[in-house]
Amino acid sequence: MLYRETGVFHSSYAADQAIFKLPQDRYAIAFWLVVAAVVLPLTVSNYVLTDLLTPFLIMAIAALGLNVLTGYCGQLSLGTGAFMALGGYMTYKLVTALPSASALIGSLTGVELALPDPVILGIRPFDLWFLAILIGAGLITAVVGLVFGLPSLKIKGLYLAVTTLAAQFFLVWLFIKVPWFTNYSPAGIAPAPPRTLLGLQVTGAASPPVNRYLFVLALTCLAALAVKNVTRCKVGRSWMAIRDMDIAAEMIGISPTRAKLSAFAFSSFLIGLAGALWAFVKINSVQTDAYGILVSFQVLFMVIIGGLGTVLGSFLGAAFVILTPILLNIGLTALNPGLQALGLPAFEVAMIKHIEFMIFGALIIFFLIVEPHGLARLWQIAKQKLRTWPFPY
Amino acid sequence: MRRVITSGVLAAAVMAATVGVTHAAEEQYFPLLVYRTGPYAANGAQLANGQIDYLKLINAKGGVNGVMVKWEECETEYKTDLGVECYERLKGNGKVAAISPFSTGITYALLEKVAADQNVLFSMGYGRTSAADGRVFPWVFNFPATYWSQATSIMKYVAEQEGGADKLNGKKIALVHLDHPYGKEPIPTLQKLAVDDGFELLLYPVPPTSMTDQKSIWLDIRRSKPDWILMWGWGAMNPTAIKEASLIRYPMDHFIGNWWAAAEVDVRGSGVPAEGYIGANFHEVGAKAPIFAEIKSELYAKGQGTGPEAELGEVLYNRGIANSAFTVEAMVTAMKKYGNKALSGEEIRWGFENLDITQARIDELGLTGIIPPTKVTCANHEGSPAIKLQRWDGKSWTVFTDWIPAMTDLVRPLIEADAAQYAKENGIEPRSCES
Repeated sequence: MLYRETGVFHSSYAADQAIFKLPQDRYAIAFWLVVAAVVLPLTVSNYVLTDLLTPFLIMAIAALGLNVLTGYCGQLSLGTGAFMALGGYMTYKLVTALPSASALIGSLTGVELALPDPVILGIRPFDLWFLAILIGAGLITAVVGLVFGLPSLKIKGLYLAVTTLAAQFFLVWLFIKVPWFTNYSPAGIAPAPPRTLLGLQVTGAASPPVNRYLFVLALTCLAALAVKNVTRCKVGRSWMAIRDMDIAAEMIGISPTRAKLSAFAFSSFLIGLAGALWAFVKINSVQTDAYGILVSFQVLFMVIIGGLGTVLGSFLGAAFVILTPILLNIGLTALNPGLQALGLPAFEVAMIKHIEFMIFGALIIFFLIVEPHGLARLWQIAKQKLRTWPFPY
Repeated sequence: MRRVITSGVLAAAVMAATVGVTHAAEEQYFPLLVYRTGPYAANGAQLANGQIDYLKLINAKGGVNGVMVKWEECETEYKTDLGVECYERLKGNGKVAAISPFSTGITYALLEKVAADQNVLFSMGYGRTSAADGRVFPWVFNFPATYWSQATSIMKYVAEQEGGADKLNGKKIALVHLDHPYGKEPIPTLQKLAVDDGFELLLYPVPPTSMTDQKSIWLDIRRSKPDWILMWGWGAMNPTAIKEASLIRYPMDHFIGNWWAAAEVDVRGSGVPAEGYIGANFHEVGAKAPIFAEIKSELYAKGQGTGPEAELGEVLYNRGIANSAFTVEAMVTAMKKYGNKALSGEEIRWGFENLDITQARIDELGLTGIIPPTKVTCANHEGSPAIKLQRWDGKSWTVFTDWIPAMTDLVRPLIEADAAQYAKENGIEPRSCES
């Protein structure tokens, strides 16, 4: 009744091809964007911003990236952690080698020139160098991802997962083995230097949490928009054709080489971006410890639990995998004063961790049994019910 | 499209907001980043128990000059991202005394955060070695000795056993290390010593993901027959290495663990006698110091002990005590200047920087042998590094050397060079320590 396509008429191609065709959808997305960009930064604590929302958004980018590859193109990958690491290390190498645009031009031409840098309303609109660095690191990750995607032309399914697993171990080993990647830091950890964007400090411990959050939020929205649109155009359709039946896709003229490799490249770009943000915004250092095989599995779980081949699913999956354990931990710890008041023994930290593991594991199994198509499917079902309410058929 | 997510996030926000812990005004707060689960739990639990027991004892005796302490634990599993999350979760819950994550990875991730939040990061004998340069790292302290200093002290002992540093020429010395920031720290120093003294340094990295599978490494060691093996290990890696060394019949008295690779849990867990295995340490082992009598009577006799009473006096338990004791002494030092109250981060930092613990003070505290005499300055956050060596006799550890001072003249320039590079990359202007 409240939410249906009936009565909504499109009089132009643009309206017909919009991402959100229904006015209700558009109002809703605008509302939630305002909540995410304005209300939350003004209301919640710094801890919630920096350690719940920011990591959730960063991992949502990684999940979007893997969803392109696994959800839309059907290529299983266990190399996500390594590609995130690559993004992090490449960003570090680029920011330390090329601290600014003028430094780059200076090293190329030998001429030191000062670029215009006006300040308008407290921001510096030409200060976009860090964004350029992130894109550069993403492109390097995309190229490497493409190379590791080559085996996908010959092998499929679980066997492909094994070759991407090789990427996971090889790249992480490489970053530990070759000290050049960390500028010869003795411990093999590179500190993430603070950087600015538009004149505002967006990385590093001294940057305000709101800056970091809004920076990540903006990139996440761009990433989601990019994935949504790419999957609606020719390239994305060729991915889905390959996923659904590669031989049939080839018969109708889709090049599997181009489709699979473009999926690997695009996916790796996003994952590299997420890895760079993880290092620069979340943990303030570039270290292989943060990009282990477990991260690869985590992102894969996000995609599977959230919903393969959906943008919404990437967000839901990331929220579930990142936030649930932390909230369980905080919630169980918060029970302790109550337990003590009742004269019961309090939970010890190790016990809380174990309970957290058990509940989280049980929740994964529960969701996969109740809704094998992922959490995004629940929203689809809800939409269907809203359409037919109050007269379901 | 984003409605479900954001409502989830809102729920999260509400939950986190309601969970905030209230705090009384006059308490000093110890946020404890511990790991009691995961592959490093055996070591982490003892450290945590020691830290907490000392804080309990302080409160039982009326606090630090009347200022009571309180603490909260947060489980990090020795993982960097969880450690950062724990730090952010706890840091606002009170007037923070000091942060001690007991993980080099977490320490690195927190270096800039503590400076921005004005909290002291006390990485006691681990973490970023070049943080010993207090001009670049005002908020980080890593006394009583860094990994680089420790490596030179151990090599001094090795040279002495071989009959002098000149006799090391042509020898093979292996480093079995965790392939993790922690395990890699001593490599540059050892490489420098290898060039200076002419010995061959063989590196055997153990990946953290397969700590308990070291067969191929030890097969290699059996073939290369190093004259000495040093070990920078932690968690489940240590017992495995000790067991493998014993299986290839490597002479245990030529196998030296650093002070994170030489605890009771490490040798006991290996299931082999390991007689003669040597470890570094900066404190005594055993429950001999007077403080243990107090801990037993004030806590364990009343059923308020944190861990099993049998573990009192074990290496890592004592180290946990040392960690809390150093922090409390920094508080005492700071209170002399700022008065007896819960101290701010800057005040505690002053206390750490002006720490001067004499042997007389240590004896007065009943901590004889548990903490070494320590003097910290503005520029030098490492103190005067020295180690002792202990030997495993099949049942317990016995310290068998006197203090072996580190080769400070060799290490300090390396520290300053590394700190200078860090300052340059991060745009930090090193502060002046001349006043």
